[in-house]
Amino acid sequence: MHTNSGFEADGSKLSRALIRAFDGCEVVVAPSSSCVGHMRELEPDLPFYELSEFLVKRLGLEDVGARFAHRVAYHPSCHSLRVAHVGDAPERLLRNVSGLELVPFGGERECCGFGGTFAIKNSAVSGAMLADKCDALEHTDAEFCTALDGSCLLHIGGGLSRRKSRVRTIHLAEILASQ
Amino acid sequence: MTPTFSQRAEHELQNTVQRSNLRRAAKTIGARRAMVVASTPDWEELREAGRAIKTEALGRLDEYLLQFEASATAAGTTVHWASTGTEAGEIVAHICATDGAHSIVKAKSLTTDEIHLNEQLAAHGLDVLETDLAELILQLDHDWSSHIVVPALHRNRNEIMEIFKRTIAPDLRTDEPADLAEAARSYLRMRFLNSDVGISGANFAVAETGSLCLVESEGNGRMCTTLPRVLISVVGIEKVIPRFQDLEVFLQLLPRSATGEQMNPYTSIWTGVTPGDGPEEMHVVLLDNRRTNVLADPVGRDALGCIRCGACLNTCPVYTRSGGHAYGSVYPGPIGAILTPQLDGLEKHASLPYASTLCGACYEVCPVKINIPHILVHLRNQVPHRKSERLAMRLAALVLSKPRRVEVLSRLFRPLARFANVPGWSRSRDLPPPPKQTFSQWWRGR
Repeated sequence: MHTNSGFEADGSKLSRALIRAFDGCEVVVAPSSSCVGHMRELEPDLPFYELSEFLVKRLGLEDVGARFAHRVAYHPSCHSLRVAHVGDAPERLLRNVSGLELVPFGGERECCGFGGTFAIKNSAVSGAMLADKCDALEHTDAEFCTALDGSCLLHIGGGLSRRKSRVRTIHLAEILASQ
Repeated sequence: MTPTFSQRAEHELQNTVQRSNLRRAAKTIGARRAMVVASTPDWEELREAGRAIKTEALGRLDEYLLQFEASATAAGTTVHWASTGTEAGEIVAHICATDGAHSIVKAKSLTTDEIHLNEQLAAHGLDVLETDLAELILQLDHDWSSHIVVPALHRNRNEIMEIFKRTIAPDLRTDEPADLAEAARSYLRMRFLNSDVGISGANFAVAETGSLCLVESEGNGRMCTTLPRVLISVVGIEKVIPRFQDLEVFLQLLPRSATGEQMNPYTSIWTGVTPGDGPEEMHVVLLDNRRTNVLADPVGRDALGCIRCGACLNTCPVYTRSGGHAYGSVYPGPIGAILTPQLDGLEKHASLPYASTLCGACYEVCPVKINIPHILVHLRNQVPHRKSERLAMRLAALVLSKPRRVEVLSRLFRPLARFANVPGWSRSRDLPPPPKQTFSQWWRGR
């Protein structure tokens, strides 16, 4: 947050603290592609993995034995696509969840408008982007919208809740842990 | 004080007609681009080549500029150097005065818009006619460009019909594209034939041969560069490329990225004066206007590699909502957000580096691989921050640097979270209900 907002000095202190905290770990797994992407840019040699890519790419596991009998739309977050480059790992995992129906929607790859402090500094534009994302989700029969990043889900979920939508947000990890 | 991006965008967002014009047009161009790029098997190699040429050219710009001057002069072009926009305006005005210019026609050119050339010449009593269809529409309506490639993207054909009826074609009956084009054509044709000075920019200036290259879709640009007796081209110094052969790369990258076409409709390349063919007098004004300052910044300088294709605008989720005018510059969109503050002052345009979610869509489509998000963050780190914001970020850093502090504070504030009202946020979104336990509590109790 600090580095991307223009406070690099604070930001690099925080990332150094994080790197120290995980010193000596064989692998670090995080349920956030944005964090993982950023840490990899800073420390390309450290073994940072986003959860879905850790499961699929590192462990070779696509079926985690989860059951989630719902219609789910997957929002591929910007940083999972274009910074962390997780590829299709999340979709592979979701397709193997028993009972789950993956629902496509329009403008999937477009940003939801969060962008950290952008949501506050440019709240009108951010709100317009969010409205389009929520419209696209409500246009489907999805019950849930999932993603790899809590930040996008906080934003999309906040928008859906404001319009009292039937679509709810859920993190990919929560689906994979469902029985 | 100059309004911020957020203030301008707020205003632009209320114009719902413009919003839907913009969304539709940008989506159409963007989809066409995606299709033609998908059918270009060596697209990534082309991008890499384009980036390499630009890096080479900018890295040795001093040498290539002198080489360009020598080859252009040898071909019969008069080369002028302007360190500011005002200087460039004076040079152009002087040439027009010396030649006793009465009728000046201008091809679409962002560089001349950047230095407000029309206004500068008007102060000398010289009227300039914009001949690019979109630029003409905007000139007639005292409006200004909102897109690098498609300046009137924010207007629809019904609005254009109304503008034409009011100004150049009172008898116009329909808003059919063919009728609109015909109205502009009949208005422009005699003016082209009677013009004595043409003004243009250039997409590329070739150091090796002294040639200029202009890429356009209508042919009106070519009429400006061939019909008048005198041609003046105002060219930013960053437009220089080393070799004629380099055009091969850019003439593949540019039309695909700009309009989704395999090949550009009108590509004009000219090298000095040819007696009996085209203008008798040719001038090039090489414009700095702070470009050398940009060049001195090892991160920010990549922005100078831009070939003005506009692909980053069409794909940008922010631009396609806010529109071009919100950026307050002739260079809107993601590229404008990194170019304008560097060319026209970071303090004056302090809000522009923040006009992005850093989603990375611009970087993905850029034909010369300018890492726009990276430069945005770089500029954010140079922006003068407000005291209150500095303090808030410092406090947040203090808390976030120790897990224990995060734990204590989230326990303290959990009961209050449901009453939180965050300005800006709560306008269109709710906050989630606070969780029953903190992460650490859950972790310990597993």
